Amino acid sequence: MAKRQLIELAHARSGDKGDTSNIGLIARKLEYYPILVREVTAERVKEHFAGVCLGKVERFEVPNLGALNFLLHEALDGGGTLALKADPQGKTYSTALLRMEIEVD
Amino acid sequence: MIRIANGQGFWGDSLEAPVEQVRRGPLDYLTLDYLAEVTMSILQKQRARDPKLGYARDFVDMIARVLPDLKERRIRVIANAGGVNPKACCEAVLEVARRQGITVRAAVVAGDDIMERLDDFLSRGVELKNMETGEPLAAIRAQVRSANVYFGARPVAQALEQGAEIVITGRVTDTALALAPMIHEFGWKADDWDRLAAGTIAGHTVECGAQCTGGNCQVDWETIPNLADIGYPIIEAEPEGDFVITKHAGTGGRVTVESVKEQLLYEMGDPREYITPDCIADFTTIHLAQAGPDRVRFSGIKGRLATPFYKVSISYSAGFKAIGSLVYAWPDAYKKARAAEKILRQRLDRLGLRFESMRAEFLGANACHGIPAAEPTPEIEPHLPEVVLRFGVRGENRAAVERFTREIPPLALNGPPVVSGLGSGRPQVEEIVAYWPALIAKTEVQPEVTLWPSDN
Repeated sequence: MAKRQLIELAHARSGDKGDTSNIGLIARKLEYYPILVREVTAERVKEHFAGVCLGKVERFEVPNLGALNFLLHEALDGGGTLALKADPQGKTYSTALLRMEIEVD
Repeated sequence: MIRIANGQGFWGDSLEAPVEQVRRGPLDYLTLDYLAEVTMSILQKQRARDPKLGYARDFVDMIARVLPDLKERRIRVIANAGGVNPKACCEAVLEVARRQGITVRAAVVAGDDIMERLDDFLSRGVELKNMETGEPLAAIRAQVRSANVYFGARPVAQALEQGAEIVITGRVTDTALALAPMIHEFGWKADDWDRLAAGTIAGHTVECGAQCTGGNCQVDWETIPNLADIGYPIIEAEPEGDFVITKHAGTGGRVTVESVKEQLLYEMGDPREYITPDCIADFTTIHLAQAGPDRVRFSGIKGRLATPFYKVSISYSAGFKAIGSLVYAWPDAYKKARAAEKILRQRLDRLGLRFESMRAEFLGANACHGIPAAEPTPEIEPHLPEVVLRFGVRGENRAAVERFTREIPPLALNGPPVVSGLGSGRPQVEEIVAYWPALIAKTEVQPEVTLWPSDN
């Protein structure tokens, strides 16, 4: 097992709905998808965004796209126009997730 | 096969994109999305000042530029540019046509504006509860600024059926703009769930303009050719529901399975349940294939029965906010910005100012990601060339927010050294217009479709 940074194996895009951020995480090659499924769990994402995501993290599998979709609840300081954040829509949460280090065989 | 283009991903998107879409290659329909969630409240404010306003004026200017091309090439236009005053938008478009001596058949899709009916709904027990918090609308009724139902593709298709060359809508879903011409051209029925889901997913793919053709695309972004001349997306739709996403030949950008996947997951909830007024689309059934350069083919899409509800977009006044910025340079940029934050908090406290929320961020250190893994390390931190303290407050009391703004400029002379970037001085106080998503039974509201032929 070796540690690799997620950005080597995946790309991503994030969006917002109110105070919830969604991050779509896409395997760069379909053979990486099972690794993402195994390593990038909802619990790990919640831990990674400690202090940023104050609610729960949900994970959805999209195997046909080799992708996972995460919903980070209470992650945008109230969301939309209420947020005082420099990134009120969490557009950069996609790349924040790609910083994560995972175990690869 | 019909070609449906998107020429605008949001109000404020490229002014040239719709013109290029019309002129640089074959097209049957041009769709344009102008309405974000808070746009309606801004337009509501404009209409209150002048009953002839309240729509996206950019759209009228765009029509003035391309109307002769649209007529010559027989391209029909669908835009949610009507905002809270689609009739006035339509009149402005017809006035442009009159001035150019061109005959055009325009249609308006309205009935989405339920602002005047809110009290009637509430009195009848239609609570319009916030979908996220469960709170009833009564809690913020006095602060409501706009209320609009999201209609689907049916009324837009009906306008096309009646022969409209330009369809101007109020609030309809972004996906409806692209789905409507497919319903119209291919005669898809109201329970053709798989095809309606396919058209909906096509609409979702193109609704953010160039975000599916190489714009804002992370995968191998440096190798995407000629972003300066990026092509906006075109759907090549087929009667059975399969479609190809592409762009005009000779334009920049890139349409690949990867670029398209990024957009598919954008603003996604449960991928098996993408809910619109027209159907429920299942994103886990999409099969993607690269079908040549800058062509991605979609097939296999499944859908399910639509829900009996429309989504309602309500905007309401939610207090005030102000955000100030102070720029600190090496040496000790981060330390100085941190010290300034502490001093500012102490001063606000001494003044007895209370806010619902206060937030400090450090641009250049870790403002965007905000996660522990992105904190500057002790080795890097002393070498940061500059750090911006960005400090914001939010609250119900305008005077308190106003008073906060007076505490920013003095820090340049009475705080840590050295402040730059103060620019025009103190920050502006903004009224916050927040968004309240709710559901309403489809039986409560009816779309209104009106044809407005120009009279010359």
